[in-house]
Amino acid sequence: MKIIINGIEAEVPAGVTVAAALAHAGHGATRRSLSGQPRQAFCGMGVCQECRVRIDGQPERLACMSLAVEGMLVETLA
Amino acid sequence: MTKHLQADAIVVGAGPAGIAAVSHLLPAGRSVIWVDNQPRPGGQIWRGAALPQVDTLRQHPRLSMLPGHAVVAAESPHELLLHDAAGQQTLRVRAPQLLLALGARERMLPFPGWTLPGVHGAGGLQALVKGGWPIAGRRVLLAGSGPLLLASAASLRAAGARLLGIYEQAPRGALARFAAGLPLGKMAQALGLGWRLRGLPYAPGCWPLRALGENKLEAVLLTDGQREWAEPCDALGVGFGLLPNTELAELLGCALQDGAIAVGAKLQTSLPGVFAAGECTGIGGVDKASLEGAMAAAAMLGQGLKPYARRHAGQLAFARRLASGFALRPELLQLADAKTLICRCEDVSLGALKAWPQWRDAKLQTRCGMGACQGRICGPITQTLLGWPEASGGRGTRAPLQPVPLRCLMDD
Ligand SMILES: Cc1cc2nc3c(=O)[nH]c(=O)nc-3n(C[C@H](O)[C@@H](O)[C@H](O)COP(=O)(O)OP(=O)(O)OC[C@H]3O[C@@H](n4cnc5c(N)ncnc54)[C@H](O)[C@@H]3O)c2cc1C
Ligand code: FES
Repeated sequence: MKIIINGIEAEVPAGVTVAAALAHAGHGATRRSLSGQPRQAFCGMGVCQECRVRIDGQPERLACMSLAVEGMLVETLA
Repeated sequence: MTKHLQADAIVVGAGPAGIAAVSHLLPAGRSVIWVDNQPRPGGQIWRGAALPQVDTLRQHPRLSMLPGHAVVAAESPHELLLHDAAGQQTLRVRAPQLLLALGARERMLPFPGWTLPGVHGAGGLQALVKGGWPIAGRRVLLAGSGPLLLASAASLRAAGARLLGIYEQAPRGALARFAAGLPLGKMAQALGLGWRLRGLPYAPGCWPLRALGENKLEAVLLTDGQREWAEPCDALGVGFGLLPNTELAELLGCALQDGAIAVGAKLQTSLPGVFAAGECTGIGGVDKASLEGAMAAAAMLGQGLKPYARRHAGQLAFARRLASGFALRPELLQLADAKTLICRCEDVSLGALKAWPQWRDAKLQTRCGMGACQGRICGPITQTLLGWPEASGGRGTRAPLQPVPLRCLMDD
């Protein structure tokens, strides 16, 4: 399955979450903290909000709570 | 456009407790609106697993199943506002009865380096792996406390992780007391570390001191209270037990007790028509959650709960054992130094928080708890580390319970 991460096409397994898809594509971080530190999915269950990314133009979507679908546009803030 | 739905009962949570409840309510003739913010049912334990029972329920004509929907606000306990993150839609749902089967989350304690990529909750890492996160061949270390470390280890190993060890802060003696006399078939088996965890080092009386690395995790510094040593690894799963999810109950005004939703013998909360079941009424594992889901449904149907009473007393006794067997050692409250971030959303350090006596001042002065997670991570931490009160009014839980577009909260 293909999704587009920060404008670049990535091949990821079907049926996985966006968080998992990002990790498959080698993205070590989903966002940068206020002071510029890299951050990554932490709680895996929608609590910590560290995994938030832009999905198909919608900001602040939780990568751990969203399933990746073919052609999806994902933008990290890292 | 806001959509409206109405039924006899709303069940929030599709984990073991919610599943048991809905399985009783539907055949008894009730119509049910079933809400869960995960994309797939199963709760924390059965996430992503095949659930034939739920597949059957799904077909039921009296069920409106709403996966991927979060309860974000409430007019009253009988009228909730839902947000569908994927569709960016709002739903208003109404019912005379409400069951809160909200589950639990991991207790996090901060230590230097805990914000590095590669450091996750122990159950969190397991959850990510159940969602397809690549772990095969990676060197993984688990640390913290409680049976969840074992459950995570089993899942991670099954997914091909190179598990280096489990570091449990509870001392060997406490674990032995916990395991001795457990009802047969309970956690004793897992704690004996027979089958699936063969060959995996399980080290009681050890805990993490800091996570080492520049931009990502490279090693974990561990201690047994005497010596310190670094273990190189790619991922650390760390968690110090579980905490009931109570935000929605707090928002509605339900009374809490010991950090859980307070319930009576019929699993009713302090509000009429509102029930609670599972980990959100107290941490006790999957068996307690399933049993309480069934009990709450029976209570909602006006049936007697006598047939459940003995088993429930057993589950509650197990919950108490769990709490004392894995009680946290005081050293864990000293792990964070002045520079360690407590609020991950707003980058507020322990040093910056120590100047304030309680949430209100700290929120205004440092923005601690004002970020996207709304104090879900740092709230319990400040309570544990600084003694700030967390109960209703302390942290001030408010709608929306999670970030949503403004239009979601506006009437149309
Ligand atoms: C990350 C994690 C992993 C775990 N893994 C295991 C395991 O492998 N084995 C094991 O024995 N135990 C595990 N547990 C323990 C777990 O709590 C189980 O005992 C069991 O899942 C509890 O069932 P429950 O129905 O009470 O809650 P849960 O299974 O937690 O279900 C509650 C559900 O409610 C949903 N929810 C909560 N609030 C809202 C809201 N406002 N709007 C919409 N939906 C909401 C949640 O997303 C969740 O799906 C885990 C716990 C955690 C935190
Ligand atoms: S990883 Fe915590 S919200 Fe997604």
